[in-house]
Amino acid sequence: MIRGTHLRGKTAFVGAATFGCGEAPGFTAIELAAEAARLAIADAGLTPAQIDGLFICLPSDFLSGLTIAEYLGIRPAMTNNSRTGGSAFLTHAEWAMLALDAGLIDYALICYGANQRTGAGKLVSAQMPSPFETPYRPNNPVASYALAASRHMYEYGTTSEQLASVAVAARQWANLNPEAFRQGPLTVEDVLATRLVADPLHVADCCLVTDGAAAVVMTRADRARDLAETPVALLGAASATWHHEIAQLADLTVSAAEESGKRAFAQAGVRPADIDVVNLYDAFTINTIMFLEDLGFCPKGEGGAYVASGAIAPGGSLPVNTNGGGLSFCHPGMYGLFTLVESIRQLRGECGERQIKGAKLALAHGNGGTLSSQATCILGLSETI
Amino acid sequence: MTIAHPTSTYFQHLNEGKFMIQRSSSTGEWVFYPRVIAPRTGATDLEWVEPSGVGTVYAATVKRMKPPAENVSIVIVELDEGPRLMTHIVSISAEDVFIGMRVRAKIADGPDGKIVVFEPDSAE
Repeated sequence: MIRGTHLRGKTAFVGAATFGCGEAPGFTAIELAAEAARLAIADAGLTPAQIDGLFICLPSDFLSGLTIAEYLGIRPAMTNNSRTGGSAFLTHAEWAMLALDAGLIDYALICYGANQRTGAGKLVSAQMPSPFETPYRPNNPVASYALAASRHMYEYGTTSEQLASVAVAARQWANLNPEAFRQGPLTVEDVLATRLVADPLHVADCCLVTDGAAAVVMTRADRARDLAETPVALLGAASATWHHEIAQLADLTVSAAEESGKRAFAQAGVRPADIDVVNLYDAFTINTIMFLEDLGFCPKGEGGAYVASGAIAPGGSLPVNTNGGGLSFCHPGMYGLFTLVESIRQLRGECGERQIKGAKLALAHGNGGTLSSQATCILGLSETI
Repeated sequence: MTIAHPTSTYFQHLNEGKFMIQRSSSTGEWVFYPRVIAPRTGATDLEWVEPSGVGTVYAATVKRMKPPAENVSIVIVELDEGPRLMTHIVSISAEDVFIGMRVRAKIADGPDGKIVVFEPDSAE
């Protein structure tokens, strides 16, 4: 059964913004989130008081929905502070779609901000440590993703060079994005020459730790046409959770992205071959390989060869993470919302040197926990509805 | 059977020198980590049983440490009974652990009490 097809194109993104990506010294997480929110609300041509649906989760503030409502001086009819890790913001889009379509709210704000680089100096995680993992002191999250990578290598012959090519492609895109934190030349050899953190993953196989904030505004399609020159329709949104700690994932080479992707594609009525640009949560290089397989862009086990062929880099057949991703653009702890912002910007044609010409359909994919929570959104221009 | 405090019971067994996991007496399914109900079926008849202690390395990484600290093996072992758990492989260097390696459980000192670790199974 295909669920949710009646929701296809009923809602749209009418505002999107980032702020403080890279280093934003002196700002608190809430200040960063609020500034991104201000920019996205202004981008939509709205004022904060019009926001009646509020969606947020921060690693540093478990009740951030209350904090940001107060900070913005708004009284939302719906405050959703749900947390599924870095995928949360794509699940927020899914819930905002439902609430907007049901007529419970008119304008949804999804926002995020963190100062992990200049504030905490390290990745801040909101994960509850497992009593059955903690005694072994795994260097998480990297150890969990490294375990998945080790199994992918074992089953499919995926190589360290192929993993490294994901970081190289991300850097090539970042070099076209003036907002990207990490720029400059990067080769497969350079990646392999960085320190091993958890075999087979090197420092350069891991996402950045930066500051940064992002926000998007959604409304129903009818209102969107009056607000934005180029509203970006939400064609499909689906999420799936199979486990939390990595030892509980049935097959370490397959994530729940297989299920969230399948449902999002069915809802949107499109296929992987129709997608012009993909923005996915590349916390580690193995993520990109696994998610491209799980989402159906290449067969299971062929992701390594696919990424190493140059397919996902500038000039390749499937542009992936055109902002430079969590590996080279920015990664302020939970990156999911940035996949939506970049997808919106690509469809609105705002991406300058990295713009994918004629992009009509984009896929954004978020990951939370240790390959645990997966959420997929498919976005399109009005003509795709 | 009602299982009182599955998490603390598991570690209590380890501190007594026993590696015990749960099995549903109705379905025969082995369960790890310890729970108040069996996953999926919801069966509440979980009983503590000693597994064979033999298993296979399913996934393996090396936690790289700053010298002079030694690198640490972090693995997922699949017990012959089916369940998987995160653990260490000991008695050999972390870099020599490989997927498919047959291993046997032993109880060792962890940071906060006894833990189950594995070493290469000399019987195979």
